[in-house]
Amino acid sequence: MNERDQHINATPSTDEFIKGLWRDNPVFVQVLGMCPVLAVSNTAGNALAMGLATAFVLLMSNILVSALRNFIPKQVRIASYILIIATFVTITDYAIQAISVDLHKSLGAFISLIVVNCLILSRAEAFAAKNTIGRSIMDALGMGIGFTFALFCLGAVRELLGNGSLFGWAVFPENFQAWIVMILPAGGFFTLALLLLGINAIQQKQKQAEA
Amino acid sequence: MSTSAPTNPANIASSRKMLQAMVGIGMLCALLIVLTYEGTFNRIETNKAAALEQAIFKVLPGISQTAAYQLNEDQSFSPATEDAPSDAIIYAGFNAENQLVGMAIPASGQGYADILRILYGYDLEKQAIVGMYVLESKETPGLGDKIEKDPAFLENFRALDVSLAKDLKSLKNAVVPVKNGAKKNPWEVDGITGATISSRAIGDILGASSAEWIPLIYQQQEAFSAPTTTSE
Repeated sequence: MNERDQHINATPSTDEFIKGLWRDNPVFVQVLGMCPVLAVSNTAGNALAMGLATAFVLLMSNILVSALRNFIPKQVRIASYILIIATFVTITDYAIQAISVDLHKSLGAFISLIVVNCLILSRAEAFAAKNTIGRSIMDALGMGIGFTFALFCLGAVRELLGNGSLFGWAVFPENFQAWIVMILPAGGFFTLALLLLGINAIQQKQKQAEA
Repeated sequence: MSTSAPTNPANIASSRKMLQAMVGIGMLCALLIVLTYEGTFNRIETNKAAALEQAIFKVLPGISQTAAYQLNEDQSFSPATEDAPSDAIIYAGFNAENQLVGMAIPASGQGYADILRILYGYDLEKQAIVGMYVLESKETPGLGDKIEKDPAFLENFRALDVSLAKDLKSLKNAVVPVKNGAKKNPWEVDGITGATISSRAIGDILGASSAEWIPLIYQQQEAFSAPTTTSE
């Protein structure tokens, strides 16, 4: 199916995958889905789990939206997307509880909030509703991994500075005075701002080099 | 749009299509959710039970097996049945010689963000609370959640005095929270700077729960016998 799609569409499927990783990274470039990005990135572990949960919901909802794209009438499309997304969020919620009660405890309310993550809705509306299943899968994988990567960057920086550890293992010596602010919501904004600054600087340089 | 729009055949057709789509998707989604619920139910129950079991061993050091008991309406204890209300269940801990060490008691109360659910261990011989574990909390990360990991705070629950008054009907001294660094007596819970409300909440929950449970447990300690039939 993939091959046939490539003939129909000018851009090959691999580009759908790659664009989400860096060029159109959902967090660093599109600045989408900021609520979980800022709230659950206080430790690297939480950030990674949240990123993977979101990526899973994104992938599954993209597949279903794309498969049903000719069946869903235009007028009720948003309601249908939300219904589909909410279903996969509920499934993820059960799955996480089945994997580890502790993980579910630390992610708390943010799992259910994936429903209103605008990244997922925007991919459904802007991409999956207009493209074949194969391309939608590629898009979701790219965006999902890009989102997870961005969340992990934030989580790692915040946990290192705010707790002196990475994945719960102490990195800095005992006498390291943790920057509590980095674990608090404000620290999320600081870290995100600095990362956005850095990424934009790099991307601008890349563009200049290309020109 | 004219007022006769609803009777327009084209509109009816599109309404029917919308209805079909929504009902169809709704049923598909419901099916998916039910399948996942059924598929994960046992795993989740086992996980939760395991987490509770682990917590019991954490708050009662030195035990090797546990048994659940329920408080009946006549204030007596009996082995817990399946349909016992969850707020009437406590857990007895026994050592390797099948002697009763103490009880693990669940308690809950209002924290800073939401209801806090904790489990604490009561050592009958020491007449003291010897462990406290937070089962469920949504306290602020970095501040309120210090109640789970701050070593100085957890030190409070190594031997928190809950000995009974002479008539065995009430505690000699109720467990009370105090400000950080103000702890002078073994029945006081030293607070945490930066987690004042959360640490105070733990002290209050313990105070209320221990006043209710500990006299009952102490008076009826013969009611808790080692589970000889269930040990394998």
